[in-house]
Amino acid sequence: MIWQILLFFIIAFVSVAGIAFPIVENPIHWYEFPLIPGLEENAKIIFFHVPTSWLTVIAFFMSTIFSIKYLRKKDLVDDAKAHTAAQLGMIFCILATVTGAVWAKFAWGSFWSWDPRQTSIFALLLIYGALFALRSAVEQEEKRATLASVYSIIAFVTVPFFIFIMPRIMKGLHPGSADDTHSGPVVDFKMNSNMLLIFYLSLFGFTILYYWMWKVGYKSLIYKDKLDKQIK
Amino acid sequence: MNNYSLTIDSITKTFGRRLIFKNVILKCEENGIWGIAGPNGSGKSTFVKCLCGIISPTRGKVIHSLNNKEIEPEKLHNHIGFVSPYLVLYDEFSAEENLHYFAEIRGVKYNKEKIDYLLNEFLLYDRRSDFVKAYSSGMKQRLKFIFALMHSPELVILDEPISNLDNSGKEKVYKIVNEEAKNSVIIIASNDDSDLALCSSILDLNNYKND
Amino acid sequence: MIVIWLSVHQSLILTIIKTTKGSAKIKMTSTALFRKDLASEIRTRYAINSLVMFIIVTISVILFSIGNEKISDYLSGGLFWVVVFFTAMSGLSRAFVSEEERGTSLLLQLIASPSTVFSGKLIFNLILVFSMNVVIANLYTALFEAFVIKNLLLFSAAFLFGSIGIAISSTVIAAIIAKAGSKGTLYPVLSFPILLPLILILIELTKMSMDGTTFEEGMIEVAVLICYDVIMISASYLLFDFIWKD
Repeated sequence: MIWQILLFFIIAFVSVAGIAFPIVENPIHWYEFPLIPGLEENAKIIFFHVPTSWLTVIAFFMSTIFSIKYLRKKDLVDDAKAHTAAQLGMIFCILATVTGAVWAKFAWGSFWSWDPRQTSIFALLLIYGALFALRSAVEQEEKRATLASVYSIIAFVTVPFFIFIMPRIMKGLHPGSADDTHSGPVVDFKMNSNMLLIFYLSLFGFTILYYWMWKVGYKSLIYKDKLDKQIK
Repeated sequence: MNNYSLTIDSITKTFGRRLIFKNVILKCEENGIWGIAGPNGSGKSTFVKCLCGIISPTRGKVIHSLNNKEIEPEKLHNHIGFVSPYLVLYDEFSAEENLHYFAEIRGVKYNKEKIDYLLNEFLLYDRRSDFVKAYSSGMKQRLKFIFALMHSPELVILDEPISNLDNSGKEKVYKIVNEEAKNSVIIIASNDDSDLALCSSILDLNNYKND
Repeated sequence: MIVIWLSVHQSLILTIIKTTKGSAKIKMTSTALFRKDLASEIRTRYAINSLVMFIIVTISVILFSIGNEKISDYLSGGLFWVVVFFTAMSGLSRAFVSEEERGTSLLLQLIASPSTVFSGKLIFNLILVFSMNVVIANLYTALFEAFVIKNLLLFSAAFLFGSIGIAISSTVIAAIIAKAGSKGTLYPVLSFPILLPLILILIELTKMSMDGTTFEEGMIEVAVLICYDVIMISASYLLFDFIWKD
């Protein structure tokens, strides 16, 4: 219970701080963020966009890990864990896509421009969608679990192509990405210590939130399963 | 020379929440005929599919060994013959083409002598070059027996062997089964009394249902 | 990065070779399975008919929609792979779906090991994809004036490894959807995310060969293609057992 309350305060603080703290050219007070040239007020979305996309990847990774575990042990609990991770991944994936598109609108001028990262997250969205389509198509529990596990592992091995190889291939596609620093990792440039603190606090808070949601999610799936068994 | 033995080490199978059978133990060490009994829907087909490795049991192990060495799962299919009502042969080929392809895909020699003998016995020799889609269901059933026995397997599994067969066909099947039982282990899954009369010992799946 | 991935997957392949001992025998039995499929295909002409019709339909739809407009070179190169993708989606699922629909997959499980089944089906799909792509490429060069390849060697490399990649991925996805309930609609949905990196690389390589880029400059993209093929084939072989057994 304690850590849930703590989590509440972290998320609340991050939300307020991330949105309300002013951005000034020469920060003096502890609550002032520095001005990042080229980003200005847009910089604030970093506190929400980066954690959601980070969790998308984490959820995808966890879903694959538990898929592998399911195929080894054939325990339906692992499948419930993988499925919940995928469900949460889908939610965070949509959030990351939306926040990213909003950011892109103000930073690059359009909502969508097939930047390597945008392409990757789009592919991830497609993978999650396909995974749910596959799950809803199979009636029998074990078969559904096996096929979904196999598919998510196959999808997982294609991800390196997006992460490592797409940036090389896509650079010719849209102007600005070759010399645009915004498409690279943003954490390491010109954030001052209070900005970094809130950034990491947000990352930490969202990760804990994700873990909590995931735990509740898979436990409820298992309980639902048990209840069905009792009714039968 | 043929030291095949089948050990079923307390296997359990559940489909989702439904228990099919629990802790079944069986050991077949010498050639002969074993029976699996149980009413419709009792899991006979699931059980025999577990035996040939198509379905893996939820718990427990099925061990096939030849001359005290366990047969690799990759090669298991060449040691098993299987007849089942669910088995479907390739419609667009003739009976003989079907058998040729089976031998090739298995990677074993096409034993013409044995196959011709079986074709004769099951009264299919004259129609061996007809397409299977032109066959009646009884003829298809008889062709399945040839499919199961053509490579002289060590373990023959017959799931409801006499479905779709007429009386003379049944007699023929019983005769062949008795012949084959001299050099291989035969397992019959059926709820027909005349089938089970062939068996030297019978395992009733209904006894393995309690949770 | 690519070097690391290649080395990781080299070790994967080694494990596969170790697990499929007596690979000569598997090769023989899988070619027997391939011959069975080929004979069956020649008799029923199920996949070939739909493939040929699909090629004609997609190309004519593109031609109609272009009308008298002049399309750019790059667009014609991209559309080439669109035709390839949709044609592949129309016919390649047959390898497993037809077995499952007719109920003969139990028979296959009884006469062949999973690796034999997968290799046999893969050979069949490889031949199918390759002949299909050759037909599409010829039709395409005849019908589209904008489709001019300057570096034929680079395009051939892309064509060859791209076809292999499409065949591998579509075979393993076909195995998945054959075991799942709804067959037709699910196939492109499941295949697209898996084939997306491949298609993006292929479009890029086609552009490069249209520009007349030297083969050395396109080397990395070709290496990525080969890498994709290697990764997909090792993952498919490792996972096929789970798909195939009930």
